[in-house]
Amino acid sequence: MIRPTCVALAAVLVAAPPALAQEPVRIGELNSYSDLAAFTVPYRQGWRLAVEEINEAGGVLGGRPLEVVSRDDGGTTGDAVRIAEELVSRENVAFLFGTFLSNVGIAVADFAAQREMLFLAAEPLTDALSLEAGNRFTFRMRPSTEMQTAMLVDAAEREGIAAERWAVVAPNYEYGQAAATAFARLADARMADAEIVVEQFPALGRIDAGATIAALDRARPDAIFNALFGGDLAKFVREGSIRGTFEGRRVLSLITGEPEWLYPLGAEVPAGWLVTGYPWAQIEDPDHVAFVEAYRARFDGEAPRLGSLLGYMVGQTIAAMLEEAGSTDTEAMIAALETIEVATPQGPLGFRAIDNQSTMGAWVGRLELGDDGRGRMTDWRYLDGADYLLPEERVRAVRSD
Amino acid sequence: MEPSFLVIQALNGLTSASVLFLASVGLTIIFGVTRIVNFAHGSLHMLGAYVGFTLAEALMATFWAPLGFWAAVALAAVAVGAVGGLIEFLLLRRIYKAPELFQLLLTFGLVLVFQDGVRLIWGPEDILGPRAPGLSSFVEILGYRFPQYDLVLIALGPVTLVLLWLLFRRTRFGVLVRAATEDREMVAALGVDQKRLFTTVFVLGAALAGLSGALQVPRAALNPQMDLDVVVQAFVVTVVGGLGSVTGAFLAAILIGLLNAFGILVFPKITLVLVFLVMAVVLVLRPQGLLGRPEAAGGHGVAVVALMPGGRRVRWGYAALVAVLLALPLVADAYFLKLAIDALVFALFAMSLGFIMGTGGIISFGHAAYFGLGCYGAGLLVHHLELRMELALVAAPIAAALGAALFGALCVRLSGVYRAMLTLAFAQIVYAGAFQWVALTGGDNGLVGLWPAAWASERTAYYYLALALCLAGIALLHRASFAPFGYALRAVRDSVPRAAAIGIDPWRHPWAAFTLAGACAGLAGGVYTFSLGSIDPGVLAIPTSVDALAMTLLGGIQTVLGPVAGAATLTFVQDQVMPLTDYWKLVKGLIIVGLVLVFREGLVGFARDRMEARET
Repeated sequence: MIRPTCVALAAVLVAAPPALAQEPVRIGELNSYSDLAAFTVPYRQGWRLAVEEINEAGGVLGGRPLEVVSRDDGGTTGDAVRIAEELVSRENVAFLFGTFLSNVGIAVADFAAQREMLFLAAEPLTDALSLEAGNRFTFRMRPSTEMQTAMLVDAAEREGIAAERWAVVAPNYEYGQAAATAFARLADARMADAEIVVEQFPALGRIDAGATIAALDRARPDAIFNALFGGDLAKFVREGSIRGTFEGRRVLSLITGEPEWLYPLGAEVPAGWLVTGYPWAQIEDPDHVAFVEAYRARFDGEAPRLGSLLGYMVGQTIAAMLEEAGSTDTEAMIAALETIEVATPQGPLGFRAIDNQSTMGAWVGRLELGDDGRGRMTDWRYLDGADYLLPEERVRAVRSD
Repeated sequence: MEPSFLVIQALNGLTSASVLFLASVGLTIIFGVTRIVNFAHGSLHMLGAYVGFTLAEALMATFWAPLGFWAAVALAAVAVGAVGGLIEFLLLRRIYKAPELFQLLLTFGLVLVFQDGVRLIWGPEDILGPRAPGLSSFVEILGYRFPQYDLVLIALGPVTLVLLWLLFRRTRFGVLVRAATEDREMVAALGVDQKRLFTTVFVLGAALAGLSGALQVPRAALNPQMDLDVVVQAFVVTVVGGLGSVTGAFLAAILIGLLNAFGILVFPKITLVLVFLVMAVVLVLRPQGLLGRPEAAGGHGVAVVALMPGGRRVRWGYAALVAVLLALPLVADAYFLKLAIDALVFALFAMSLGFIMGTGGIISFGHAAYFGLGCYGAGLLVHHLELRMELALVAAPIAAALGAALFGALCVRLSGVYRAMLTLAFAQIVYAGAFQWVALTGGDNGLVGLWPAAWASERTAYYYLALALCLAGIALLHRASFAPFGYALRAVRDSVPRAAAIGIDPWRHPWAAFTLAGACAGLAGGVYTFSLGSIDPGVLAIPTSVDALAMTLLGGIQTVLGPVAGAATLTFVQDQVMPLTDYWKLVKGLIIVGLVLVFREGLVGFARDRMEARET
């Protein structure tokens, strides 16, 4: 299924009604569509759906259609910054959005600040993007690693999980280390007598699951905090369930409930794990139901992933921002983002001015095996990102903008 | 540490060891006979896993499940063996006459093709295969549960070793393989059909890769990124064990498996760098690996032609090219200048690698270390000490030269692929340092805000700065190639005893060349840093080294300026292909394979041969 970007762009343009004869608003998008397609392709379908809906409804800024110039960012900072440059200087886009990897997001954010361009970082989770690596031109959509960890710890408290001996396992890179650090700090502050008795940091994509599991088991923890995902998670879950590692132990697991990482586990769902994720099929809010129906109608009945919702919300945010700003002037768009409240399938979304972090939240709940033979979340609740923004004093201490 | 845990962790280590051995043994057999550095070995492993998964799904439903599973494993091995045979017969066979290592470039192209091909067929999401029927549970050992399937894997390693031993000791084919591993020319002189032998060996090696992949189905998630990790680990095991030594690979796998299982107890982050630490220590202490033999003298993998400085026409060509580059900002837009800066940076980077490979006969699989040391040398000084860009650009080559002098001192005494792998080990150790020392380097998020000084912040100004620095570096390396220093280097490359006999120090010259090349790569890194505005450990990673190799080989290793042409070509290809499709790696891989088959001496080598053919 080779889909040249130009064909996709043409499709977007064709989808726009002929009444929108005015000059389009060109915006630039870049993401790791080759290296991280499992997450980014649903994300792209999400923003495409939003852009199509916006154009059908008459476009933005008084009837101008949105035109997205989308590129693969190559998954490296070198390629990504070069492509950002191409989008800005050759394609004349009004602003940039996208990226998945934290290092790529940070590099593009710095490029945006250098060129005084607006950048809406869609998927990077690193806290650094709201803290020391942030800047006034960069806005971030997803709740950061630390915010999601805090949501998970809150949920654990509500469930009355009061373990004393904790094991921590996380992939050895910034995301995993940040999650482990945040968890250690929260456990220390909020859980009486909690102690981390063992930590394991396997290299990303290279876990030796048997040895890692044995190392955890040996410390006889009461509970486990996990930040593994993808292939590492699958190996960890299979090896751990064969070896009985999860029996009688509560597990807190970051992002495992996102369909991107949950569905590949098939029927081997680690039931009972407390996770952050996206229970798309069970959310009854009418706006969300409408989104799911529109998405499945547009993309061959495919189940939405978290990336799909995120992409869709990015599209909505862009339209609302342009409406509020009244132009594609960078300063006007920044001011708009700091004031707007966007109606999204997840509820109202805004940005906090001091760190440009959105109030997008996450769902937290327990895993169980669904009727369709794959995992789903149960007893979940939605936690609003607005309640989990990083403390203002920490932001002010490292940011000067 | 309680004894029961020791036993269980040792079993865990032995499981990994078996997996490693099975993934590596095919590579060592192929290398031993054909001397091909098969970069696509991990891709064959991955293909075996995916094919094994699909067959297992189908056959387990059709037949008695255990029979279906093991039949799927066997059929996957056969299928991947056949694919390997086709690769050898259709592609590699056409370029055996090309300089050695050129085959590496072709297999690198195949890696890209397989990565995207697998994604095209099986999709991008992780696939978790079925558990092995009948072996899906555990046995209790000393109070710990241990997976049944892992016990089978532990046994499969030694069983494969014994079977291969019997094959090599008891069959005529095995005798030929061993003879060819020891002395290819002699076997050929005795009238053995080399072509058939090579094809058969390639089929055997590929089938073993496919087997190892299919055996991973019940315990690993399959994804299109699993190949690179496997091939790197397989190279390490092969080299630590000694090239071509099956038993050596087995010992190396056990060493690494056990060290990892127990290492993570003390250093929970050790997996990132462990295999490379082991390789560095083994190679420094034992330059031919555990059970390998020293390579024959002159076995630097680079065929020898006498290099002559270009004539008047070539010099006019250089002058015209420089004129075009000087005039470029008059016609090019900001993005094209950015692209041109990238091309200049990679030209100098590739040229520095081409210098030590072509003139010095030193293959480096870890040249990114010096590029990255340049980036970090400049970036850290600006970030932590707020040094000016001008001083940082001076510091970049110095930092890289210091690193190259240190590692080079250990590397120059080794030879051939062992030396190449030691350079890789050092590069990975530096990479791990940049990745892990978060307080200093910013870890994998990297450092930002590294933009040019005010006077050079205009794109045109920075282009001229980059042009001046990169051309100076390229000119220096070109000059060094034809200076007495360059001739002395070539003498050492072609014959250490003869060079020593006429008073050339056989270690000091390569060492100096390695340091010079490191400094130039560092300069390229410094220029790159301020063009990019940020750095992260990616500049030190294996793909960066592979890019440099690909550019150098594509341009032509028997030429002085080939790497420059290779760098320009690949930068341009990347820029043109990436926006076309999500599957641009597939397109890029096919382009590389096509270029390799058409230009068998590299781009510049091809052009030179044509020119010489016309003149005579």
